[in-house]
Amino acid sequence: MVDKYKRQYGSGLEALSYLGQNYFNVDRSLIPDFLKLLRDDEHFDYCVDITAVHYPKREKQFDVFWILYSFPRNERIRVKTQIADGKSLPSAVPIWATANWLEREVYDMFGITFDGHPDLKRILLPDGWKGFPLRKDYDILKQDQEWVQINLGIESGQ
Amino acid sequence: MNALMSYFGSKQTPGVAGNQLWALIYIFIIFAGVAVIVICMNWLERKVLAHFQVRIGPMRVGPHGLLQPFADALKLLTKEDIIPQEADKVVFWMAPVIGLLAAFTVYIVIPFGPTQAVTDMNIGILFMLGVSSLGVLGIVTAGWASNSHYPLIGALRSSAQMVSYEVAMGLAVVSAILMTSLNRDGTGTLSMLGIVQAQQQQGIWFIFKFFPLGLIAFLIFAIAMVAETNRAPFDLPEAESELTAGFHTEYSGLRWSLFMLGEYAAMIAVSAIAVTLWLGGWMRPFPNGLAGAGWDFFFALWPGLTFIGLGGLAFLGVVRMPSAQFFKIQRVGLAIFALALAGLGGLLIAITIGAHYSQRNIIASTSAGIAYVYWFLLKVAVFMYLFIWYRATWPRYRFDQLMKVGWKVLLPISLGVLIVTAIVGMIL
Amino acid sequence: MNDRTDALSNLDLETPEKPYLDSNELIINMGPQHPATHGVLRVILKLDGEKVLGTECVIGYLHRGVEKIAENRTYTMFNPYVDRMDYVAAVSNGLGYCQAVEKLLNVEAPPRANYIRVILTELNRIASHQLWLGTHALDIGAMTPLFYTFRDREEILKIFEKYCGARLTTHAFRIGGCQYETYAGFEKDVKNFLAFFPPKIDEYEELLTGNRIWIERTKNVGVISAKDAIAFGVTGPVLRASGVKWDIRKAQPYANYADFDFEIPIGQNGDTYDRYIVRMIEMRQSLRIIEQAINGIPEGPIMAKVPKVIKPPVGEIYHSIEAPKGELGYFIVSDGSTQPYRVRVRPPSFVNLQALDIMVRGMLVADVVAVIGTLDIVLGEVDR
Repeated sequence: MVDKYKRQYGSGLEALSYLGQNYFNVDRSLIPDFLKLLRDDEHFDYCVDITAVHYPKREKQFDVFWILYSFPRNERIRVKTQIADGKSLPSAVPIWATANWLEREVYDMFGITFDGHPDLKRILLPDGWKGFPLRKDYDILKQDQEWVQINLGIESGQ
Repeated sequence: MNALMSYFGSKQTPGVAGNQLWALIYIFIIFAGVAVIVICMNWLERKVLAHFQVRIGPMRVGPHGLLQPFADALKLLTKEDIIPQEADKVVFWMAPVIGLLAAFTVYIVIPFGPTQAVTDMNIGILFMLGVSSLGVLGIVTAGWASNSHYPLIGALRSSAQMVSYEVAMGLAVVSAILMTSLNRDGTGTLSMLGIVQAQQQQGIWFIFKFFPLGLIAFLIFAIAMVAETNRAPFDLPEAESELTAGFHTEYSGLRWSLFMLGEYAAMIAVSAIAVTLWLGGWMRPFPNGLAGAGWDFFFALWPGLTFIGLGGLAFLGVVRMPSAQFFKIQRVGLAIFALALAGLGGLLIAITIGAHYSQRNIIASTSAGIAYVYWFLLKVAVFMYLFIWYRATWPRYRFDQLMKVGWKVLLPISLGVLIVTAIVGMIL
Repeated sequence: MNDRTDALSNLDLETPEKPYLDSNELIINMGPQHPATHGVLRVILKLDGEKVLGTECVIGYLHRGVEKIAENRTYTMFNPYVDRMDYVAAVSNGLGYCQAVEKLLNVEAPPRANYIRVILTELNRIASHQLWLGTHALDIGAMTPLFYTFRDREEILKIFEKYCGARLTTHAFRIGGCQYETYAGFEKDVKNFLAFFPPKIDEYEELLTGNRIWIERTKNVGVISAKDAIAFGVTGPVLRASGVKWDIRKAQPYANYADFDFEIPIGQNGDTYDRYIVRMIEMRQSLRIIEQAINGIPEGPIMAKVPKVIKPPVGEIYHSIEAPKGELGYFIVSDGSTQPYRVRVRPPSFVNLQALDIMVRGMLVADVVAVIGTLDIVLGEVDR
């Protein structure tokens, strides 16, 4: 499988393995097609998780992961891509229905927008919240106090 | 004075005999009695439900929680009376009153004994069914007057439920009435007293007549009466974990307690109908099988023995209470209660023994009257316990399933039972 | 599979609080404080009369920022935090996290530690299912099973208390194994429980399984097909009741689960009744596992050789276990320091709750409460 895709995509795709877990590191341009291919051809029909990691010092700051599982193969793989701040990714909702809330949470926590998502709004934090908490530059002590001031009438949440 | 004494020799209920004094006395006794029973039911429900659920229920307010209903009543009386701002005030006030009126008016014809009833209309059962249906009006007005979305939905659901089950109830009642017409003189009767007397004449409780027809009719009525009173498993309109909290959401304090009173009074009333129609009313068990003066005396001792037994149980509670100083006041209270119960039992036994040996009319008829009332209330008490048992055991029916049971299951069966009873009655 | 995603479009909610009495569609709010939603969950229902046209869940009332906290704690310090997410099945959370970090460190917990872990995790699975059963039955109206299950759950919590000192948020395991040796009398207690419990499951089943009212309330309520379940990423008993025979303990065994012989129950219809039956059978199978484990527990150390200061090499790892609610996964990114760079918890209840929308379409309002109960969600896990 790996060789097939390496031949197909050439340098846009790397197949790696760490501690027995396989993952693909793909270029951002491959994203909706590669995931669709994995679902249709390789039967990775269960999207376990979609998540992101923030590396503020890198040029392409975010690592976005799709963790997939295939029932017939009994195998779990990760698909990893890097994007820069402010750029958006195509949504995986047309591919797996579960991506709806998972992508909303990534947006809520990191600020990564997904094009084509039916209802991209905050899920865990209140709607008017400013800031994206799981970014490394979000300081817990110096949070934006606007929301608590408007809605709770208190000076600050600290 | 004449009116007072003439009752003891009469063979009619005070209403029929024109004895206004005793009719008033009976009305007073009924009000007081229903209040006492509702208080007992409140305590019993909490205790019995708790024991079903491996807990012990209220234990602190009075020994074994016996004063809990009084504490609840006091709390409800002293609560703030909240009326929603947009509510229709007059209708809001009137709704529980309508419910109460409907629930209490039926007690006029309930026969606690052959002469122990306020009156005996010759359309007694029709009157009971008709007036108890007025309770639906109270519920609908309560839901409407609250001017809130959820009580309105709850009220409409509740009224739809009550109306649907009344049909099956009515048909089951008719098949019991049919059985009364199998008397020697061939005429049936709608009067409550007449129904029990018919069972007496035919020598069989209607639940056993034309077995299993009487039993099926009884069971249909038993199910329908649970739905009529909005009790589990048909309590969707008033359950807390459903979306709409029911027609009495906006009522607090005294008004809510009026609704609760009305609900319990309705429970007692429909149980009384069931007892009268199928279980022989005031008759003691085995009036034909175990006949004779000896058996009569034995069964006449039961009221007194029951109270002495209850006093004994209370005394057992006294003995088992921990002996710490903290519990002293509870021990004393429970001991007084036990003594009171035992004393009442002793008084009843004294009256029975007195009636057995003396010739005075007044004591004999008092003793007989007490016995009749006792057997009637005992059977009603069994139904009350069943109400609590159902609530503890079963989940709730969803509303559409509830309506399906009422219209698609109970109605055809009750129609069938009615037709078969009529045919069998004609043949035999 | 794609037509489902069209149905996920949001409800057009301008003012969700105001109900419209005279239009055909009604918007009703099951607010955050509600006796039937297990925790602070807000469900906005769009109704046509009594039928549900769509729902929208508003969550986040219990969001405590656990993932952000993880970035400021060392690996060992973060261990107690994971219990607080799914507080009902705290032992499973701890197991998943400790195993994920052990994988990152490339160490294996010794077999004795694994056996102890399995016993405690399966006991916790039974406790979690008991709590589920009590609250689910209460939502549908049967008040009594709640008290029975809580009474029996006490026995399990007593064992936990004797083992690690806490009943609910146990913090039972450490990275590398277990810290506490089994206390004197552990074996006797567990064997007593194994003898004590099967009649209790029979008691619960007697009250509910054959009960006509229960069957009518739960059959064909909240049906989700296997295809939809996989598309929505639903896992755990919900997936198994839809007919997919998949359990991580069998598919990708961890912690010596391959040593034990047990069955995975599946259902046919994917409705609430099947989920109920699946969970009851799971409780019995857990008893089987515990019995095999307690009879075959090996001697040996309970803690692997783990350095005092845990500094895993740079890398990422994803490890998941079969928690009572579904697939609980930990995705840990390490940058070589003592504090994790990113900990992502894949909560089963969060993903299962997403499926609520399609499960209640076309059902009546009273069924929404039943379906929320049958999904077995814990808001601590949904919101983290």
